[in-house]
Amino acid sequence: MTRSPLRPLARILQARAKGENPDGIERENLRLRNDKTRDRERTRAQVRLSMLSVSFIGLFATIGVQMGSLAASVPVEPGRKGAGIEVSATRADIQDRNGRVLATNMMTHALYAHPKDMIDPAGVADQLAAIFPEMKAPDLLRRFTDGRSFLWLRRVLSPEQMQAVHEIGDPGLLFGPREMRLYPNGTLAAHVLGGAAFDRESVRTADVIGTAGIELAQDARLRDPAQAATPLTLSIDLTIQAAMEEVLGTGMIMMNAKGAAGILMDVKTGEVLALASLPTFDPNDRPNPVLPKGAEPGDSPLFNRAVQGVYELGSTFKIFAVAQALELGLVGPETMVDANAPMRWGKHKIKEWDNKNYGPLLSVTDVIAKSSNVGTAHIALMIGGVRQQAFLRALGLLDPSPIELAEAPKVKPLVPTRWPEIVTITASYGHGISSSAMNLAAGYATIANGGLKVNPTLLHGTHTQGERVMSEASAAAAVAMLRRVVTEGTASMGEVPGYAVAGKTGTAEKTRPGGGYYEDKVINTFAAIFPANDPAYVLIVTLDEPVETSGPKPRRTAGWTAVPVAAEIVRRTAPLLGLRPQVELGSLDGITAVKQ
Amino acid sequence: MRVLLYIASALAVMSLAFWAYRENYATQQALRDRNALDAQIDALQDALAVQRAEWAYLNRPDRLRELVTLNYDALGLLPLEPSQLGSTAEVAYPAPPVLGGNGLDITNPVDVIGQQEDPL
Repeated sequence: MTRSPLRPLARILQARAKGENPDGIERENLRLRNDKTRDRERTRAQVRLSMLSVSFIGLFATIGVQMGSLAASVPVEPGRKGAGIEVSATRADIQDRNGRVLATNMMTHALYAHPKDMIDPAGVADQLAAIFPEMKAPDLLRRFTDGRSFLWLRRVLSPEQMQAVHEIGDPGLLFGPREMRLYPNGTLAAHVLGGAAFDRESVRTADVIGTAGIELAQDARLRDPAQAATPLTLSIDLTIQAAMEEVLGTGMIMMNAKGAAGILMDVKTGEVLALASLPTFDPNDRPNPVLPKGAEPGDSPLFNRAVQGVYELGSTFKIFAVAQALELGLVGPETMVDANAPMRWGKHKIKEWDNKNYGPLLSVTDVIAKSSNVGTAHIALMIGGVRQQAFLRALGLLDPSPIELAEAPKVKPLVPTRWPEIVTITASYGHGISSSAMNLAAGYATIANGGLKVNPTLLHGTHTQGERVMSEASAAAAVAMLRRVVTEGTASMGEVPGYAVAGKTGTAEKTRPGGGYYEDKVINTFAAIFPANDPAYVLIVTLDEPVETSGPKPRRTAGWTAVPVAAEIVRRTAPLLGLRPQVELGSLDGITAVKQ
Repeated sequence: MRVLLYIASALAVMSLAFWAYRENYATQQALRDRNALDAQIDALQDALAVQRAEWAYLNRPDRLRELVTLNYDALGLLPLEPSQLGSTAEVAYPAPPVLGGNGLDITNPVDVIGQQEDPL
């Protein structure tokens, strides 16, 4: 940089010649120099300041962006899984109301083969056939050598089998981790649980999906990863279920029945404590659903008689007609109604069982106690078809059951499309109209619950208050009549000391596939409420084609078959339910009778 | 002075580099430890699930029923009966101790009847 002199000689000489002060020139030049220096310094400072501000802005912007992205993004758990760790439990357990395991998962392995990596296909085929009885060596060898490169051999292996396969030691045999559904109680509550199967299978993993029962109905809930850790709690009580299945199984054999079903329901909440259908199956090893030709659907052990079985429930329906008549104020418990049998209605003839005649007049209580078809028919005619249909619908008897089983929504009760008076008559005593045992249980529970509608459920703690179907007084009167059926009517074998069982028997002939009824094939039902003084539980027992052979003539009425079985179930389960036997207070009827 | 500053900052950079290096490996080790613990937790949970399933399997009602039948001689267990339920009012009070009028023990009688010897 060239420095310009402060006192340039030429200008000073000129100034001196003019007589001016040369110091002025020096000051002038100094000022110019200082100006220049100041400008330079300012530019430098500006650059520094701008650099500083840029770096600060950059820093704060970085922090801001980071904070913003942290706040806006969804928090994700960092990769928890290391390499080589299998899938964790994905399907929730199922437990009973007391927390006992009904269904759980177990880690196991599937076996598959890469035939192209196999060293000795013939030897492997022989050794596999020795381990697994269902495999055939020539068959395996053919599949190993037909050129394919991948082959499933078995869905699940027990640890012993896996060890045995390991010991074959062929590199072409490989294992894939599998989560297997396990039902530790075997056949217990099989129809409730249904079963599970593998869906999409890959070498690494396979989805487990429900195939029937609650496993299918609650499939979405059970597969929800957010709820996988919380087990699904059913209303079933394992102990009660076991006791019921045991008694029902014994009863089925003693009564020579080909099938049986039982439902025990809490009338306050509609929770089903036990639901059994016999014959049963093992959900760990669900049998093939395909039936031989000509077999009824009910012949399959997979068939849930309590929910899928739609039968004419016979005389158990009579209480609905009577309860409605009480509710409408048409009759009282002691009103005398026409019960003169046989009754003629158009071309139809309504008869009593065994061609008896309870008439000419019978009190409403005795219509129920003696199970009079004609008496019920007259009461139903007083009610009329429209009101009768509405009442049965309000009780849920004409619609599929709302119970949480996959089979339930598909089961539509068989209801006549038209409702002439003859249907009013037959429906009042449970003929010409078919419903399921589960619907019947809900109907009886509604009566036992003081007239508040009961919605059956299998899930614990999901109780919803139902609407009122009939008044408390009518419901109590209906229960009192049902109690008379046991104390002096058709269900005298149903008496269990201390538990005041109330109930109604029903015997319905099975319908022939071609039309008409079988003479010697019946469905016997006993619908019970206990204890009658403070109804807490409803029990439905249904026997398919029972026959009691202890007498000289085979007996096929419910009073001889379903009732003793139900009584035994009450005797066994009531103490388990925590019900104390109570001495029933005698009714005042006896005292007035003496006075008169 | 300036030299001292340079040396100090160089030392600071080196120590920070060493710290960062060590921290890096410590983090990796911690991640490895955590993965190992996760794996252990998973394995234990699987084992627990198997134990739970086995407990349920061993306590299934059919098996218990069979065991009760087999060991009837030793246990004498029968299904619960309604008559087994009672109320506390039915439980009897313990019998009062048997005492004489002045609190004397009369449970240990003394024979006070004399026997007359035959005079003959």
